[in-house]
Amino acid sequence: MAAYLLRRLSLMLLVVFLAVTLNFLIPHAMPGDPVELQLQQLSSGGGQVGDIGAMAAAMRARLGLDQPLWRQYLLYLGNTARIDLGVSIAHYPERVADTIAAGLPWTVGLLAVSTLVSFAAGTLLGGLLAWPDGSRLVRLLGIPVIMLSAVPYFVLGVVLLAVFGLIWPILPVAGGYPFSHLPRMDLETALLVLKHAILPAASIVLASLGTWAITMRGTLVGVLGEDYVMLAEAKGLKPRRIFLAYGVRNAMLPQFTHLALTLSHVVSGAILVEVIFAYPGIGYRLYQAIQAKDVFVVQGIVLMLSVSIAVAMVVLDLLLPLVDPRITAPGR
Amino acid sequence: MRFWRGVSRNKLLLAGAALLLALALVGVAGPLLVDTGLAEIGSVRPRQPPGPAFPLGTDTQGRDIMAAMVVAIPHTLAIGLLAGLLGLAAGGLLGICAGYFRGVADAVIRTAADVAMTIPAIAVLVLVATNVRSMTVPLMAVIVAGLAWMYPTRTIRAQTLSLRQRSYIDVARLNGVGGFRIVLTEILPNLAPYIAASFVTAVGSAMLATVGLEALGLGPQNDLTLGMMLYWAQYYGAVLRGLWWWWAPPVVAIACIFMALLAASAGLDRMVNARLRVDG
Repeated sequence: MAAYLLRRLSLMLLVVFLAVTLNFLIPHAMPGDPVELQLQQLSSGGGQVGDIGAMAAAMRARLGLDQPLWRQYLLYLGNTARIDLGVSIAHYPERVADTIAAGLPWTVGLLAVSTLVSFAAGTLLGGLLAWPDGSRLVRLLGIPVIMLSAVPYFVLGVVLLAVFGLIWPILPVAGGYPFSHLPRMDLETALLVLKHAILPAASIVLASLGTWAITMRGTLVGVLGEDYVMLAEAKGLKPRRIFLAYGVRNAMLPQFTHLALTLSHVVSGAILVEVIFAYPGIGYRLYQAIQAKDVFVVQGIVLMLSVSIAVAMVVLDLLLPLVDPRITAPGR
Repeated sequence: MRFWRGVSRNKLLLAGAALLLALALVGVAGPLLVDTGLAEIGSVRPRQPPGPAFPLGTDTQGRDIMAAMVVAIPHTLAIGLLAGLLGLAAGGLLGICAGYFRGVADAVIRTAADVAMTIPAIAVLVLVATNVRSMTVPLMAVIVAGLAWMYPTRTIRAQTLSLRQRSYIDVARLNGVGGFRIVLTEILPNLAPYIAASFVTAVGSAMLATVGLEALGLGPQNDLTLGMMLYWAQYYGAVLRGLWWWWAPPVVAIACIFMALLAASAGLDRMVNARLRVDG
């Protein structure tokens, strides 16, 4: 067990280290200079504003970009370890870490709720699809749900935006709360926030429901062929009990493994949904930073995503044996 | 022979392949029927709803949507196919090396694939794409392929591992056949269905990454693709302005591509598993 834990944790550290290094190397390996790019963009708005070379040099010195590469790398490693991700160029001197911290609760909340809902509903639907005595209605429902699962989340988001933005305007289609409303810690704000989250969450749930249903169906078909299910039938247990306690319960656990494997996929999908609905999470901030060519914010968000997914996968992996006693760490 | 009979009976696979072919045909036959020059900015009157002159209307930048679709569909398919091929080639090579030769190569390749799978593709792609000066269709394919090799590597490695335990491989080895020849003549032909399945998966994940990058505005600026059409529509607020003919065609086309890929991959999956039953 200790050996497995060590292996898993060292792999995670390798991933984190690699992510940090890639995050440093990729922008440096590419042609082009972020500072000059930024200044060009600024000056194109207000005409010539003085010696652009001198300004670039001053800005580089301030951002530490005039040091040799290895020193920059070491500095970068040190700063990253202290969660100092630099400052935004577009909104100088806002700290990148603050930008991320402001967006994180929105993204985490949206992801957690929509993943839970889609996991539960999809697993149940998949179970019903595999059940031999399942109703015809469920089978009919399964087809469009599985077809929807092929479509990227945000493409579905565009359709939902059109439906609820124009044809049937009953839900807010942009932002995390109304612009006119000052967010406070009360019930009214909570309800408004919830209302604004419905459409982004619905895009994610509708588009990911099918994948859970497909995997659950596959696993349950296998489980229902097991001897203990036959024994339960022979004992004369009610079908409902066999389905829930013998079938779903055993087939559900591998779904958690699947969750760990597809986590990065889900997160990337959710990020794009935020863009469509101008939802104030990490994804929308990333989009804005890309538009503004704000390289440090882009870098910071990318790093945060890689590291948090790596950590989350390890946590899920280590929790699995606790949930499912059949899984024991190899080497025990 | 058995392979082709399996294909012709596989309705899901056929449906997916037919849909993709139909879309590819748009790229081949479309330019003969539609003037693709109208896909340039400012070539037609902007914001015209669909009518006799413009069957799919025009956007705010003065593009004929019909012409834009004819240009965008083959570009999008080309990125997906090219990236899928590159990903499959790299993944297949690494998978066979890891599975057949084992040892250090296996450990290194497996760790690399595991690590690469943990880092979210979109994050790395965003970083690369934001730092590229000007994005083009082939460059996009190469960038996306950089993260489409992990699944093929894993699938093909696992399959090679199981194939190399078969008795006919032992017979070949005892006959003094060299490692590379065994891989070429004994292992590769038996991997065919898995390679096909990995290819579809690789194309799918490459396509998903491409469309995602384009939605963030990181796609090719000068070549029109479905994702870029959607990006511009979103950028100019086409959805809430009621210009449905602008965003609906790319949405439908993207949905069709992904559903076709899903159908093809589900069909291939069924075939691969049927083979497993027969062989096992």
